[in-house]
Amino acid sequence: MWDREIRAMVSTHAIMAASVFMATVVPAVFLPGFSVYGTHLSWLYSVSAAVTGVSVAVFWLLGIAQPTKKHSLGYKLSRLCRCCVYFFLSCIFFHFVVLLYGAPLVESALETFSLAVLLTSLTTLRCLCVLGPNVQAWIRVFSRHGAMSVWDTCLQITVACTLVGAWVGAFPIPLDWDRPWQVWPVSCSLGAVIGFLTGLVAAPAWIHHHRKHLTYKSK
Amino acid sequence: MKVRTSVFATLILMSEVIGIALFLRGFFPVPIKSSLASKNSLSDLPAEPLSGSSPNTTRLPHPLFKRVVIMLVDALRDDFLFGPNGGTFMPYTRHVVERSSSYSFVAKARPPTVTMPRIKALTTGSIPGFIDVVMNLNSPALLEDNLIWQAKTAEKRIIFYGDDTWVRLFPKHFMEYDGTTSFFVSDYTEVDNNVTRHLDSTLKRDDWDILILHYLGLDHIGHISGPYSSLIQPKLMEMDDVLKKIHGALISKEAEGSLPYLLVLCGDHGMSETGSHGGSSEPEVNTPLVLISPAFKRKVGMEKPGVIEQVDLAPTLALGLGLPISQNSVGRVIPGVFQESSLRDQLRFLHLNGHQLNCLLKDSMPSYEKEAGFEQYRVAEKAHGNWMKLYFEGNTSEVLSNMGKKVLKQYLEALAALSSALSKQLGKYDMYSMIAGMVFVFQLLMILLLAMPEALSADAAVDLPVASALLSLPFYLLCLLLASVHVLVCTSATSSCYYCTLSWGLVFVVVAFSSAMFCILISMAVRRLSLGLKYNGKSPLKTNVSEWSLSELDVLLLAGTVGHTLSLAASSFIEEEHQTWYFLLNTLCLAMFQDVCRKYFREKSTSKDEEDCLLPSKDCWNSALPQPDASSEKWLALATPIFTLVCCRLLRSINQTGVQWAHLPDVGHWLNSSEHRTVLSLLTVFCLVLTYLLVQRRCSWVSKVALAFGLVGVYSYRAAVGNVIFPWQHSSRTMSKGTVEARFVYVFVLGILFSGTKDLLRSQIITADAKLKSRGLWEIYSGLVLLASLLFRAHNLPVLCCCLLIQTLISQFIWKKLHYDAAQITIMHYWFGQAFFYFQGNSNNIATIDISVGFVGLESYVEAPAIFLTALSTYAGPLLWTCHLVCYLSSERHRSPVSVGHGCYCLALLRSVPAAVYIVLVTVLRYHLFIWSVFSPKLLYESMHLLLTAGVCLFFITMEQSPRKS
Repeated sequence: MWDREIRAMVSTHAIMAASVFMATVVPAVFLPGFSVYGTHLSWLYSVSAAVTGVSVAVFWLLGIAQPTKKHSLGYKLSRLCRCCVYFFLSCIFFHFVVLLYGAPLVESALETFSLAVLLTSLTTLRCLCVLGPNVQAWIRVFSRHGAMSVWDTCLQITVACTLVGAWVGAFPIPLDWDRPWQVWPVSCSLGAVIGFLTGLVAAPAWIHHHRKHLTYKSK
Repeated sequence: MKVRTSVFATLILMSEVIGIALFLRGFFPVPIKSSLASKNSLSDLPAEPLSGSSPNTTRLPHPLFKRVVIMLVDALRDDFLFGPNGGTFMPYTRHVVERSSSYSFVAKARPPTVTMPRIKALTTGSIPGFIDVVMNLNSPALLEDNLIWQAKTAEKRIIFYGDDTWVRLFPKHFMEYDGTTSFFVSDYTEVDNNVTRHLDSTLKRDDWDILILHYLGLDHIGHISGPYSSLIQPKLMEMDDVLKKIHGALISKEAEGSLPYLLVLCGDHGMSETGSHGGSSEPEVNTPLVLISPAFKRKVGMEKPGVIEQVDLAPTLALGLGLPISQNSVGRVIPGVFQESSLRDQLRFLHLNGHQLNCLLKDSMPSYEKEAGFEQYRVAEKAHGNWMKLYFEGNTSEVLSNMGKKVLKQYLEALAALSSALSKQLGKYDMYSMIAGMVFVFQLLMILLLAMPEALSADAAVDLPVASALLSLPFYLLCLLLASVHVLVCTSATSSCYYCTLSWGLVFVVVAFSSAMFCILISMAVRRLSLGLKYNGKSPLKTNVSEWSLSELDVLLLAGTVGHTLSLAASSFIEEEHQTWYFLLNTLCLAMFQDVCRKYFREKSTSKDEEDCLLPSKDCWNSALPQPDASSEKWLALATPIFTLVCCRLLRSINQTGVQWAHLPDVGHWLNSSEHRTVLSLLTVFCLVLTYLLVQRRCSWVSKVALAFGLVGVYSYRAAVGNVIFPWQHSSRTMSKGTVEARFVYVFVLGILFSGTKDLLRSQIITADAKLKSRGLWEIYSGLVLLASLLFRAHNLPVLCCCLLIQTLISQFIWKKLHYDAAQITIMHYWFGQAFFYFQGNSNNIATIDISVGFVGLESYVEAPAIFLTALSTYAGPLLWTCHLVCYLSSERHRSPVSVGHGCYCLALLRSVPAAVYIVLVTVLRYHLFIWSVFSPKLLYESMHLLLTAGVCLFFITMEQSPRKS
């Protein structure tokens, strides 16, 4: 069972990494003048969209999300709505946090919000896919010793990696090198994406390495 | 010897202060200054020596040149002109150098090879020291005696075009000027066109005597693309054309009978192989110097240019123009320039130069008689007098000229000796003192680190093996070794060294102390190692590792401290250090938020879900407290980090500091503008009231009253100074210095401090009453707050207010509830203190220090209180937070009594790690381009902070009761 889950995870992650890669390469081929630095916001949106689409599709297909007892259409719709609301709230939350970190309040609000959207689609969306719109479950997963399945651990690792990546990405901003990637929010979003990719690689590897020590209470 | 942790930490910090002081003394050599404050003038020139009869004329010989054009090309390297490519780079200049009447030299610039000090060196003839630049950051004008000032006093008309550093250095000196800023390094054409565009009209005119041109383009090209870029050649060709134009104009203007012109082409510094400058490598130091004048002998063919010092230009130009040599000049005249004048004049020039150098030597060196140059100069002067006697007797024989040549040679030797003796003291790092200080500091740091397990134990006492170290053989051997190293270094040192000038007794004390430290260090390390081995031998390594599980907060605190220390290696991170601290503080608050969330939400879920409580969660142990006000407390606790974050975000916009974003508009400027005085007044009132409410809770009623009066006094002081509106004083708008009001506040500050100290003493000596003690502590703290509110500028009062508010909220709802240990709380206090240092508007630049604070309540400048007040207001943020730390740790009832000691130890460690690492970084980067502008001010800030922390640690000692008593 372990091997199967890890294999599923590896393939999922490979698909997601590939989607990030494609989101960078494909528009560059079709759209003239598309580049990561130059048209940073469109790159950002394309990565967000790709990751969103792919993770929704993959997790839906895999059926990792908790098996719902009721299958009525109304329930599903309300779940979907709540997911959308949570997604939006999370965007606002990230925007707020980035503002607190010192992003300009008015000047580059669009850039800041785009970064928030990217962070949301890299972190919150996965939570939504795996755990559903269930705040209690989120708090459980993100507290100490709270993981109850391999996917929970994986979620912890990728989210942490993404956030740490974005955090580290802010370091080069004060340097006076005048490079294109020091412009707000290029370094942060690059950091987030790189952190995300690292998380995608690290999570299965870590779980595989620690599979002897990992014990989950339920299931 | 067992000492308490706080005593141990304080001792270490104080010794570190001494070590850093030694380092600083070596890093900033004291500049040579003539003790006379005045400037040299024509009247106090020495008489021409003449043995026998009364002294001869005191006037200068006739000037040699009528007009001087100085063409300074920034970053002109010697091989651009004299190298193999010189012919293609600057064909005309090369032709003039080879065939025309000119002298060419390689002028050696002294490091730091940066433009501003180089301009100072060229005009004053002195070598500006590092401390000089740091000290002069506030007064950009050059106050020393200099060539430009002398020329202006002699009513020469000076025109300047080029780098606006000159305009700032010599305000009102130029008859006409146009400064170009060197702000945009990427621009290398416009800066030079702005200079050249004036040239045609100026050269046609006759109403000037000195023309100075400073071209920046070449330097900018160097910074962009290095000395081998394709942009270099066109730029040098352009410079060549400019020189050709000037030379042509000067030749055409030259009239028969009048004095000739002088055209000087020079560079201020060179350019390294990568195109930057600031260091001391050969290509950075070597600059060409070409003097062109019809007064010189016409040359045939290229000669190898002689090597001179850059400072030699100043005395040469001064004498050539008939001006006195500026007082602090260490240069000597370039002998070739005067070769065509009469022997009498030549001797007179050399005599003047020698006299000036001699005076400077007498002023700056206590043991000047021992210098070889002094004696040589005396001999030469005597011989000069004899020669003059013969000369006046009408002797014109071969003997006279031979004798004159001998005197000339004697003079030149004397000048060389004098000049080298003087410049030896200047512009060099005193590496021996620096290394001694550094080794000292590192020994202390290692001891501090090795003592960590003991210092943070429940005992809070450190066992220092002093006796065994002092009685051991290695100690004596080490003493001997260090003493012999000292003798060896001091006897063989070529440059002067501060550590060597110390008296023997002092040096011996230092040597003994250092070797004792080393022995203690070794024995502690051995002890720790053997303990560790034993421990590891007993238990397998695995359990050892799992014990060391750190929470996210610990990881953050460690990573932040280490990361900040490492970031000091980059100049941008020093300039923008406030960003680092804001960033870390934000992350800290978020981590706290996460901790709070985890605590409260986990608890809720554990009480709801029985299943979950089986988890071996750390937080589970104190879950059973369902109190009625638990829910409001929960929300307050949850809101506190968010509130803190919002506060910090708002405070950040009050003062924009740093370099890159300092120009952005901030709230502080908005408040200080005259239209918004009402807003500022309301804000001030609000902040003062809030301060009162926050501080008064823990004071006795006497202090409460005093505090209220004091805060009213603060407002009236601000009103008197004119920052805020006083509601009952509409008509008379008399601006005073507010001395009375400020003194009124001082009285209350002293009163509160006195009452606090009284309470403390009573609690220590008479009754061991914990309540009284904590009240005394908080009273002292509120006295400090009152003083800070007086010293802070009006728009900074929100910073103080928020500081108090955050302290209250966090200590109430987070630190108390989440059971952080003393070390964590100390680190958080330190981070908050650092961030508030920058919230106040400070930066790592000397220019942001508010010196006006030194005059609050004083009629005139008095040094000691001014320095004290300035230091206090600059470091108010860190000081308030550390004081809060002392008060908080010692007044918390449920904390163990050793927590004060732990806090003190952590504070010492937090302060000494960056300081120790920074001095190493500064030593490594001492030839960095920004060493003066960025690294040196930061070094001063760091050492000042260390000093203040050592002071606060004394406070800790008095607070730490020994664990046995309680």
